[in-house]
Amino acid sequence: MSALLLVALGLGGFTLGYFFYSKFISERIFRLDPAFVTPAHAQEDGVDFVPTNRWVLWGHHFTSVAGAAPIVGPAIAVIWGWLPAFIWVVFGTVFFAGIHDAGALWASARNRGKSMGALTESVVGRRARSLFMIVIFLLLLMVNAVFAIIIARLFVDFPSSVIPAWFVIAVALAIGWLLYRRGVALFWPSLIALILLYASMWVGDAFPVALPGAILGLDVPAQWVLLLFGYAAVASLLPVWVLLQPRDYINGLQLFVGLAIFFLAVILAAPNVVAPAVNSNLPADVPAFFPLLFVTIACGAISGFHGLVSSGTTSKQLDKETDVRFVGFLGATGEGALALAAIIACTAGFATLAEWEGFYQSFTSGGLGAFVQGGGSIISNGLGLPQHFGETLLAVMAVLFAATTMDTGVRLQRYIIQEWGSIYGIHRLTGRYLSTSIAVVACLALAFGAGGGAGTGGLVIWPLFGTTNQLLAGLTLLVLSVFLMKLGRRSRFTLVPFVFLITMATWALLVQLRQFWEREQYFLVFLDLVILVATIFVVLESMGALRQAHSARAAERAAGGQGGGGTGAGPGS
Amino acid sequence: MSGQISRFLALLREFYDAPHRGALARAKREEDDLFMLLVFSEMMGVPNPASYHTLELLPLLYEEFHEWHVRMGMERSPLDHIRCC
Repeated sequence: MSALLLVALGLGGFTLGYFFYSKFISERIFRLDPAFVTPAHAQEDGVDFVPTNRWVLWGHHFTSVAGAAPIVGPAIAVIWGWLPAFIWVVFGTVFFAGIHDAGALWASARNRGKSMGALTESVVGRRARSLFMIVIFLLLLMVNAVFAIIIARLFVDFPSSVIPAWFVIAVALAIGWLLYRRGVALFWPSLIALILLYASMWVGDAFPVALPGAILGLDVPAQWVLLLFGYAAVASLLPVWVLLQPRDYINGLQLFVGLAIFFLAVILAAPNVVAPAVNSNLPADVPAFFPLLFVTIACGAISGFHGLVSSGTTSKQLDKETDVRFVGFLGATGEGALALAAIIACTAGFATLAEWEGFYQSFTSGGLGAFVQGGGSIISNGLGLPQHFGETLLAVMAVLFAATTMDTGVRLQRYIIQEWGSIYGIHRLTGRYLSTSIAVVACLALAFGAGGGAGTGGLVIWPLFGTTNQLLAGLTLLVLSVFLMKLGRRSRFTLVPFVFLITMATWALLVQLRQFWEREQYFLVFLDLVILVATIFVVLESMGALRQAHSARAAERAAGGQGGGGTGAGPGS
Repeated sequence: MSGQISRFLALLREFYDAPHRGALARAKREEDDLFMLLVFSEMMGVPNPASYHTLELLPLLYEEFHEWHVRMGMERSPLDHIRCC
């Protein structure tokens, strides 16, 4: 089958979803109102609340949610064949991620721009809020550990990516300095930065860098992991404008350029999908795709991380309420497109089925390596670039995504630790150095505890990361459902995805628990149990909250109350 | 055409600024708050060798004075001889 058909079906599905489903949700369920005064106008302060153009908001939402995760998930999941991954990405993006992202944005905008955590407290309760914080912390912990391992693996497998990946930091520092200290306009620095970035890939291609070998008993991947966390700790302590902001920006630019290059190459090369639709020749260590598929692909189908972006920052900058559809649904669609690109690279980038199977010999052996190699060959066939260069390009793209997420992740972890410090009156924890150190040490413990020392077993925790992400998405969908119920609107469009996600997450946790136990990976057993306990609490909280919302609604009806909420909502239509 | 280009450049700039606008503005505000405290310190009983020089700044800072004292947790003006709200 031609990959072009897959592109057409996938993008066609996203388009239909946007034009029909998101329209239905926006008009009939959320009832977006162009006359509603958004928090950006009502509370405009020039700091957090600033009305912002919807294209800018969409670009921000898209670039902050589309990172390495929507590449890694599908790249692992195609081991079950391309069809399950493809269906989950397309349906997930339309019916799960779209309503989740847009819903978080809408609910936040309707509640004075509160973040999802604060919203959880006011809609569900205090305990749910604490749970929310714990789940976020676990999520950040895993994302940092996994991404460090992923980058280390890429550096080892594709040494040509080392120079460009570190060179970007210098470029970002230069841009930050030029813009803030010299007041230079943005256009030329951006253009030159992009040219330098792609030029550095040629240099990297010519001069691959490999670390010499084991030092003090540490393998090469472990050395990279340490170096990366050293970097992330320093980067997260620097003022935002120095590094994080220009880095985010370059990352955003190269995301657009990279996606354009990749889809153009797919169209020109028109490769054939060599992987089977459903893989019947599965390696021994691969678990059943039901339920593991739904946690292996989290970002790219639905991810709780998006709700944090939607509700904390984007909602405070929403110019008109009707922009929710454009920013939320289309932002999620952008990430779906990246996941689609990953599926195509990992299934159509190989000449023969045997070559593909060579990559997918075990559950964790495919991943980003397959994406880089497969995508590299599509780029080289489509655009006539050397295969090597195509590989470097994609490897650098993945490294940059993952590294920027690490920067932000360590910073966010520090904020959470500092917040805990101030809540519980432990003054020392509020210091930035101690809190950063705690964050980094926790991440390192996880990275090495999960077998990252050898740099081989790191991806074992990927499904656990996906599960935690789904758990967070579940919490957001729960808040949305309760919110919709309180307004007297139909809540099944968020409730059904919520039930599905929580069921899959719990099931996947149990399956993995048994697996870890059998393999005597007790550290992972412990982690799995922690997440399982969090899941059980989420279920209990949600049952309580839903029952309460339901009975409140029934009482209101019995009292003859029509409609509900302060937003002029009528009874469910 | 040139209008479109400049509009695009403005959007690009906003794309750069918007995600971190809040964090930067907060950092700036914190520094400004400290500066405000220095300027008004003499009047609150904290000796300040530079108060003679900062006196000149009072009229310039007065506009922001209200927001500052509210942000610092003082509902009314903390200074006897400077009225605010």
